[in-house]
Amino acid sequence: MSDFLSVFLAVVLALLVAPMLQKNTYTVWANLRQVTFVKKNGVLVSTYLIGAVFIWVVLMIIAPQLYMVDFSFRDGAIGGDPDAYTLKNYSYLIFGRDSDENLFNLLHLQIFLKTILASVGVTLLAFLLCYPIAYYLAQSTKGGTTRLFLIALILPFWVNEILRAFAFRILFGSSGVINVSLMGMGILDEPIDFIKADIAMYAGLSYAYILLMVFPIYNAIESLDHNQIEAARDLGSPWWRIHYRVVIPYAKPGIASGCTMVFMLSAGALAVPQILGGPSSLWFTQIIYDWFFTGGDWSRGSAYAFVLLFSCIIFVLAVMKFFKVNLGELAK
Amino acid sequence: MSSGVDLEHVTIRFGDFTAVDDANLAIRKGEFFSFLGPSGCGKTTILRAVSGFNEPTEGTIRINGSDMRGIGPNKRPTALIFQNLALFPLMSVADNIAFGLEVEGIKYVERRRRAEELLDLIALSGQGDKMVSELSGGQKQRVAIARALAVEPEVLLLDEPLSALDLKLRQHMRSELRNIQQRVGITFIYITHDQGEALTMSDRIAVMSAGVIEQVGDGSTIYNEPETAFVASFVGENNPFYGKVVKVDGDYAQIQNKFGLLRGRNTQGLNEGDAAILFVRPEALSLVEGDVPAENVVESTILSEEFEGPSIHIHMEGETEKRISFAVSNEGKGTHLKVGDTAKICFEVDRAIVLPEGDLADE
Repeated sequence: MSDFLSVFLAVVLALLVAPMLQKNTYTVWANLRQVTFVKKNGVLVSTYLIGAVFIWVVLMIIAPQLYMVDFSFRDGAIGGDPDAYTLKNYSYLIFGRDSDENLFNLLHLQIFLKTILASVGVTLLAFLLCYPIAYYLAQSTKGGTTRLFLIALILPFWVNEILRAFAFRILFGSSGVINVSLMGMGILDEPIDFIKADIAMYAGLSYAYILLMVFPIYNAIESLDHNQIEAARDLGSPWWRIHYRVVIPYAKPGIASGCTMVFMLSAGALAVPQILGGPSSLWFTQIIYDWFFTGGDWSRGSAYAFVLLFSCIIFVLAVMKFFKVNLGELAK
Repeated sequence: MSSGVDLEHVTIRFGDFTAVDDANLAIRKGEFFSFLGPSGCGKTTILRAVSGFNEPTEGTIRINGSDMRGIGPNKRPTALIFQNLALFPLMSVADNIAFGLEVEGIKYVERRRRAEELLDLIALSGQGDKMVSELSGGQKQRVAIARALAVEPEVLLLDEPLSALDLKLRQHMRSELRNIQQRVGITFIYITHDQGEALTMSDRIAVMSAGVIEQVGDGSTIYNEPETAFVASFVGENNPFYGKVVKVDGDYAQIQNKFGLLRGRNTQGLNEGDAAILFVRPEALSLVEGDVPAENVVESTILSEEFEGPSIHIHMEGETEKRISFAVSNEGKGTHLKVGDTAKICFEVDRAIVLPEGDLADE
């Protein structure tokens, strides 16, 4: 572990100090000034830009992740050999312990699959909720109203996620607002256990990432020429075909961007499933959390986390390929 | 009765603003009809009301005799060509043209065949697989027309579709449009602020100002027999002479003007004492050389001369800021006139028209 850090720091130092150690420091600087990027931004600004991006990308993103990769291939269990490399953390997710009666680790695999599928469900639900809102805001309202609506959407997100999740618990609880009012109206005889059925959790997850779905779609649709919608209508198109043929193809990059974000964050969510999940159902992140903090096995936790990360990336790339969206379009 | 587009007492208001005020019109089937007026005169509002994007506040719009109120734009027998064309950028040219057919549920092969036919009509054969962005401005124009024609509308509505094109292409597209209209034989309703477009293409023109239809007629009527001061000043160049009617005799009226007594045709039945404007077109004015005629002579100072080749445009001091302008043809010697000289010009009685005083079109 510390080897890794020292090698890493040595490389960084070498890169920084090398030009200074050379005898012709002056020429190094003179050459540096010829680089277009430096020429354009000046020595000070370009040093800052390169340095800041370097620190952010290398020190804060790549390095810790590399640590985790390193962890995931070591035996972190109590009594294991921390220096040897092993695949057992990964194989545990698939096959479980040798002593188990089942060949596969069905419990964890099931939870893993459920997490992915449920995240797809949450993404679809969020899309169905947000597309009409985004379309309405982008095409049907005028400046002032739009701003009012957007603020009304943003303000609730000043309340922190945990608090919002607990609010949903109160809403969906057996003596919560929804059950009480449904029973009051005589629709229900006894309360529905929304929490046990995971309905509260799906609602909570969809709600948690609603902004990340609304904004990219809103941005995409906002730039659509309203005449195109009118032209389609004028040519006899019913409303659903206008969306299917004109609006959605145009907003595809925004939809893709919103969906990938909501999917990734849902699959990686911890607080909402922890608070709103049913007592008998687990989210995959909860298992990862348990390996780290209850099981004390960081290696296994890292392995699980990487499996989740790569599965999600592969899944998202596959879906994007299917819908013919380029990675670059997500940034539009 | 009439199997075209009828506007009956159509008034359209947006809040307190009256965009169209009591419009009455009967547009005949198969006619190329233009609405001509400066921007903001309500012509686009009328077009949108005919296509169904907004409803008249009062009055009735009939297409083929049936009341269109409550019928959405997707259910009317009209097709609109937008000012910016509004082609679908993510579809191929053929898909654009066939969009209306796709809506009708026509099978792909048949759709494609019809699209090819229309591509032939607009002289873009075999270009159906291109994307819209690969086409030039004039080609996009024609695709927009084909897309609208594909649904076989009874009325084609065109909202200044040529305004984005450069001059040369615009002139070419004028004859193209007229050509297509004659081939397909359906009613075209054309919106424009460009009088050249309206005059060259239309069977009839409605001149609009501030929500009011000032006059309806064919090109030469609008140009030669304007009924209001606005029409006289908006369509073509015209020189106004303000005054009061001092004498009416038969079909003529005489006004007292700063430049003296001027006489012209009295088509609007003005009476003695009415405030009036006498209009003379630049081409009806000529320099007095030799004998001075008995009437309709204006004497003023020459302010500028513009040499244009075949003719020389001369601007003289008028009674308002607007100068009196006319042209003399170039006879190879130039003119003997200099800026600052005083000169006499005259016109024939029959080529001047006396109209009730009213607002002129802005330059």
